[in-house]
Amino acid sequence: MTSVVDTINRLARKVPTAAIYIVCLIPVPVLLYLGVTGGLGREPIKALEHELGEIALQLLIAGLCITPLRRFLGLNLIKFRRTLGVLAFTYVSLHLLVWAVLDVQALDRVWADIIKRPYITIGMAAFVLMIPLAVTSNNRSVRILGAAWRKLHLLTYPIAILAALHFVMLSKVLQPEPLIYFGVILGLLALRVPKLRKKQAA
Amino acid sequence: MAHRWKSTLSHADVTPYDAYLNRRQLMGGALGLGLVSAAGMARASQADLELNSWEDITQYNNFYEFGTGKEDPFKHADALTTDPWTVTIDGMVERPGEFDFEDIMAEMTIEERIYRLRCVEAWSMVVPWNGFELSDLLAMAGVKPEAKFVRFETLYRPDEMPGQRSAWIDWPYIEGLRVDEAMHPLTIMATGIYGKPIPNQNGAPLRLVVPWKYGFKSIKSIVRITLTDEQPVGTWEQLLPREYGFYSNVNPEVDHPRWSQADERRVGGGLFAKKIPTLMFNGYKEEVASLYEGMDLRANY
Repeated sequence: MTSVVDTINRLARKVPTAAIYIVCLIPVPVLLYLGVTGGLGREPIKALEHELGEIALQLLIAGLCITPLRRFLGLNLIKFRRTLGVLAFTYVSLHLLVWAVLDVQALDRVWADIIKRPYITIGMAAFVLMIPLAVTSNNRSVRILGAAWRKLHLLTYPIAILAALHFVMLSKVLQPEPLIYFGVILGLLALRVPKLRKKQAA
Repeated sequence: MAHRWKSTLSHADVTPYDAYLNRRQLMGGALGLGLVSAAGMARASQADLELNSWEDITQYNNFYEFGTGKEDPFKHADALTTDPWTVTIDGMVERPGEFDFEDIMAEMTIEERIYRLRCVEAWSMVVPWNGFELSDLLAMAGVKPEAKFVRFETLYRPDEMPGQRSAWIDWPYIEGLRVDEAMHPLTIMATGIYGKPIPNQNGAPLRLVVPWKYGFKSIKSIVRITLTDEQPVGTWEQLLPREYGFYSNVNPEVDHPRWSQADERRVGGGLFAKKIPTLMFNGYKEEVASLYEGMDLRANY
């Protein structure tokens, strides 16, 4: 087991973050191509919107896995954490753009939906909370903000909960898939609770 | 008695099926089945109808008996056997009994009805149904005057309908209408689409079509029709009574609690399809508004 972990850690040191960006952004042109050519089914707008949102959620989950992987398995993938966060923000932005431009198609209705529809309000809240994190995702911000940077980026936790809740609430009735995402996120956050308690005691 | 409701399409609007296949985009197509009216007649609202393709109609369905994905019914409905098929008509009728589908078809006159279909999820289609008026079927059993409502039931057969193996819905699927809604000449039992037998995923061998109500009211693959004096509780109404009411008439002014019903998107328009405004009673206001005179449509959603 240790040898596997060591191999992965060695490999991770060699892989540049740019490679993660390139690989994780491949779905964007692929989905657009499928959407235009009929590969996303009879109603491509909803399909594209849904796919982008789901990938964003998966990237958020991947980001939340980094710390537990290090603590419990000794896997050091920490250098990819910010990359995953920026990618999640990219997908959420695209998800929002498809929703507003292709799906809703009217600015006044976009605004009305944000105010009136709780699942959209919640999704929008998650997006707004992600903005300061995206803005401070560069090395300079990390240096300038110091300890405050870490604190600020704890916003990831409420963001993940809101995003999963947004997914759970949008289906006609409770569906297994969104509930699984919600459960996984709650589980990953629960892993962090004892650590917080220790800190408070110290 | 068939042909009580006449389409306002003129003969000039009729596009043969071959031409339809060659040219997917067309205006106000129809199959020429009993759709002849006087030449020169003004084109009414029907004339703006652009038929959805066979693929749109048969590959984008809500039929949770086969799964919750829009393509699940297309993928899984093959497993359903629809022959033999009997429809039980019971409750407050003169001649209750089990009616063989073949016997029903022998009695009915099949005609074409081009209707808009508006889903409660804010997408829509235009479908050339073939079928007969529900009132003609009910006449076979003879509705007693004390009957006030009609309750419909879908087949329950989990070994052929994989969606029924999960218990989050209290199967079988139930829907209901008032008797006057059921007897309305727009209300049909569809047995075909584009002149072909209705595919399983669309509700074979016979399904209800109530064009002025949200799609989920138009229950599929019906095995029982019960005349009653109690208002039936439909499956969606039972699951989420705040979101899905008994009437569920298409109404752009009454929003679903979680989304607007003011407009809709026609399926098949691709990635850049424009939204179109939703019409009161889905465009059948002239025909059906009198059924709800004096009723608060916001309270009776």
